[in-house]
Amino acid sequence: MSDERVTIEVDGRKLEATKGEMLIRVTDAAGISIPRFCYHKKLSVVANCRMCLVEVEKAPKPLPACATPVMDGMVVHTRSEKAVDAQKGTMEFLLINHPLDCPICDQGGECELQDLSLGYGEGVSRFNEGKRAVRDKNIGPLIATDMTRCIHCTRCVRFGDEIAGIRELGATGRGEHMEIGTYIERSVDSEMSGNVIDLCPVGALTNKPYRYTARPWELVQHAMVAPHDAVGSNIYLHSRRGRVMRAVPRDNEQVNETWISDRDRYGHFGQYEQRLERPMLRENGQWREVEWEVALPAAAKMLRAVDASRMGMLASAASSLEELHLFRRLAEGLRCPNLDHRLGLGDFTDQDSAPLFPDLGQSLTSLEQADSVLIVGSNVRKDLPIVHHRLRKAGLRGASIAVINPADFDFRFPLSHQCLAADIGVELAGLTVAVSELTDSPMPMNLRDAIANTAVSEEHRAMAKMLQQGDKTTVLTGALAEGREDYSLLRELVRYIAEATDAVFGELPVAANAVGAWLAGVLPHRGPGGAAVDTSGMHVGEMFARDDMEAFVLLGLEPELDAVDAGAARKALRAAGRVVALSAWQSPEMLEYADVLLPVAAWPESAGTWINLEGRWQGHQGAVPPLGDSRPGWKVLRVLGNELGLSGFDYLSPQDVLDEVRQRISQAEPDLPVTTPVVARAMRPAALMRLGEVPLYSVDPMVRRSSPLQKTTDGVRARQVSMHPHDIERLGLTDAGHVEVRQGEGRAVMPLVADERLAEGCVRVCAGLAETRELGKRFSPVEVVAAEGPVASTAMEQDEA
Amino acid sequence: MAETSRQNAVSLSDHVQAEIRAALKRYPADQKRSAVQSALHAAQHDNGGYLTVALMDAVAQVLEMSPIEVYEVATFYSMLETEPVGRNSVSVCTNISCMLRGADDILAHVENRLGIARGQSTADGRVYLKCEEECLAACAGAPMMMVNHVYYENLTPEKVDEILDNLD
Repeated sequence: MSDERVTIEVDGRKLEATKGEMLIRVTDAAGISIPRFCYHKKLSVVANCRMCLVEVEKAPKPLPACATPVMDGMVVHTRSEKAVDAQKGTMEFLLINHPLDCPICDQGGECELQDLSLGYGEGVSRFNEGKRAVRDKNIGPLIATDMTRCIHCTRCVRFGDEIAGIRELGATGRGEHMEIGTYIERSVDSEMSGNVIDLCPVGALTNKPYRYTARPWELVQHAMVAPHDAVGSNIYLHSRRGRVMRAVPRDNEQVNETWISDRDRYGHFGQYEQRLERPMLRENGQWREVEWEVALPAAAKMLRAVDASRMGMLASAASSLEELHLFRRLAEGLRCPNLDHRLGLGDFTDQDSAPLFPDLGQSLTSLEQADSVLIVGSNVRKDLPIVHHRLRKAGLRGASIAVINPADFDFRFPLSHQCLAADIGVELAGLTVAVSELTDSPMPMNLRDAIANTAVSEEHRAMAKMLQQGDKTTVLTGALAEGREDYSLLRELVRYIAEATDAVFGELPVAANAVGAWLAGVLPHRGPGGAAVDTSGMHVGEMFARDDMEAFVLLGLEPELDAVDAGAARKALRAAGRVVALSAWQSPEMLEYADVLLPVAAWPESAGTWINLEGRWQGHQGAVPPLGDSRPGWKVLRVLGNELGLSGFDYLSPQDVLDEVRQRISQAEPDLPVTTPVVARAMRPAALMRLGEVPLYSVDPMVRRSSPLQKTTDGVRARQVSMHPHDIERLGLTDAGHVEVRQGEGRAVMPLVADERLAEGCVRVCAGLAETRELGKRFSPVEVVAAEGPVASTAMEQDEA
Repeated sequence: MAETSRQNAVSLSDHVQAEIRAALKRYPADQKRSAVQSALHAAQHDNGGYLTVALMDAVAQVLEMSPIEVYEVATFYSMLETEPVGRNSVSVCTNISCMLRGADDILAHVENRLGIARGQSTADGRVYLKCEEECLAACAGAPMMMVNHVYYENLTPEKVDEILDNLD
């Protein structure tokens, strides 16, 4: 397309356009409506539905506006007799095979075909013959199909091909026999699959768990931010009579464009499962539901009674900024320095020299423009589907992308280089040396010592060259590096590589408010905005490692699932005599270790602000009232502050809290030492390393309880132990259906599957699951032995029993 | 792209692989998918006249396509069969020229002779009678039929019997 500007005339209006642009884009921008089914602004043009036919002067036949490039002086009529006649003709053909089942169709009321048939359809059909029927497909727990309704626009097929990057749906057969489907019985497994529901202009693909539960005209729409990952995709929640019914995307070109991940779409189905609806107290070992007036003083009394130096205060990094700020203020009031949110961090060695917050280092739109990218230790496709989508756009544009990971994660962008190793630290060290040699930049002493005697391979040299040649280079580290015991070393190596190759350094935090929690100062060693603190407290790793902690205050956490060392977290919580948990959900595990349970609202029920991985502040108001007696987190913390007699806890609204935290952050003088960071020693090699990925549907309490997500292929695979076939053979596990994973005192029994995409020497045993909550650190040595037959019951089932 | 194909991977015979290699030579190296029709033909021929999902998955893997893209091609073209069929393929043209010259009678005769309806195979797996065949561009010799890629023209019931009886 050239940049040449042309003038066209549409329905008598003069419009400016770029030469060669498709007519429908020009009319859409001008607010002239042309009916369409197959055209979508984010997908390629196929012009197969013919609904957008318009009259173009001097053209012998009506032309499809979606596939007609504009030219200077073009005169278009979208409402002339010829145009409308063509559109009506198309509509008549589309309706020939479309069932008249609108009253029982879930799409009814928000159906593009229904809407347009009102304008272009006839009241009576001339087609008296039998309509064709198409068998429905079972494509998994998320998307319901009624394929008889399909009008073959192929938007869903193109979505898979162009956006998700995985072609799962297709058009098989020909003519009258053409069908959209998977051909063989299988599920659609893309982590963005739900978007085809929005794309489908008819009721052929609908939201399976939402189906038949509400009508569109009963729903109230609320603009929200989805706090399931650090992208903070913009969504609408639709509620009916005070309950959330479904989630759909809200366009924001800067963030999620027009897409959302399945986690953001179906996560809310966990909202009403296992909810904590009333405050609860444990008295003499017995749980009892109590009024707030009883629970809050009881909690305050308990907190006042303990030695603050042996109390730990831990908050989820998915909490809102308001909650995090008040949590910090509560800690200040209680003079408790042991405050943290970094349950997913494996190494605190360099925390004093850490950046102000972990972030992408750039905006999502500029990431898309990168031409050379290195990713170290991240399953970005599942952790942050929207970031993966941006990287895919970069890759398709021609960016070179290199990866150092413990497994080939099947990214949907072309990889220029990939190093797979059970210990990614070794590969990263090799690359670092290669970069140092190539760019002739000396490594700092601390790094040189840490990675002495590193072997450099040809692949490392090629990667180094790719990074050096890049014009807009980015290096990123992810959760699989962050959880390691030597993350400080890895991060310094990556930062050195970034410096030597003139690249942007970024981290890929997963939690929704990972940036906000750092800025709000939910940290033992820094205050809001990176300000210095008088006394440094214990970090979360230390709290869980000790056996003399007296009390814990938990905000929105399930530490046995959230902590890097789940086993240690469980032990420390059980050993502490007093645990106050502020949570929207409960679990049998929580009833074991907690003493006071304070029900806080789930995120759709409360106002909140989240800072995403670009540093973007995004917030929303509550969409529905808090369930039962639960109250918004900021209110609970505020009243707890009052009960404790702390000053300044007299906020009237979440806006007051937000104003205060914003002011504290902006006025803070960050105290970030510029000394050479102390880094951890490289991890020792082990025969078998655990790859303790947190699977995408286990990242927070809400998605853990979303049964549609747990039933997906990703949800099921999370509960399997996988190993490279060679390792299975080496360990003599070829005939083992189930295996026992041993780590320290912890045991987990799960089915074993072979996966040749894993690096040899590592075993994928996911974290964030009830099944593995006894195990130790996510990325450290494990033992795997054959287990006796299929086990009678899993930990999860025991809980439910 | 090979995520799903891996599950049912069967290996293609050496002959089919050689055919695919030969076909690939006709196309640029980054457009392997162009050889999909040739590959499916070769695989079908090698498998006694029809394709299986496992064979299509194997073709997908070789040509670096997703399996569904191969299924689309295989189900689109009438000369590719995706269900088990008899080893000899018989197609009687019923398009206009042949119809005017008595193709309907010829087709009825074939059905009687074989004891099967169009779209079916004989119980002994000897003959498959195609469901519907469009114009095969032999109008000058109408009515006509195609048996295993060979055209037989100016058909009469006797001529049809002779052809069918001589199939192995």
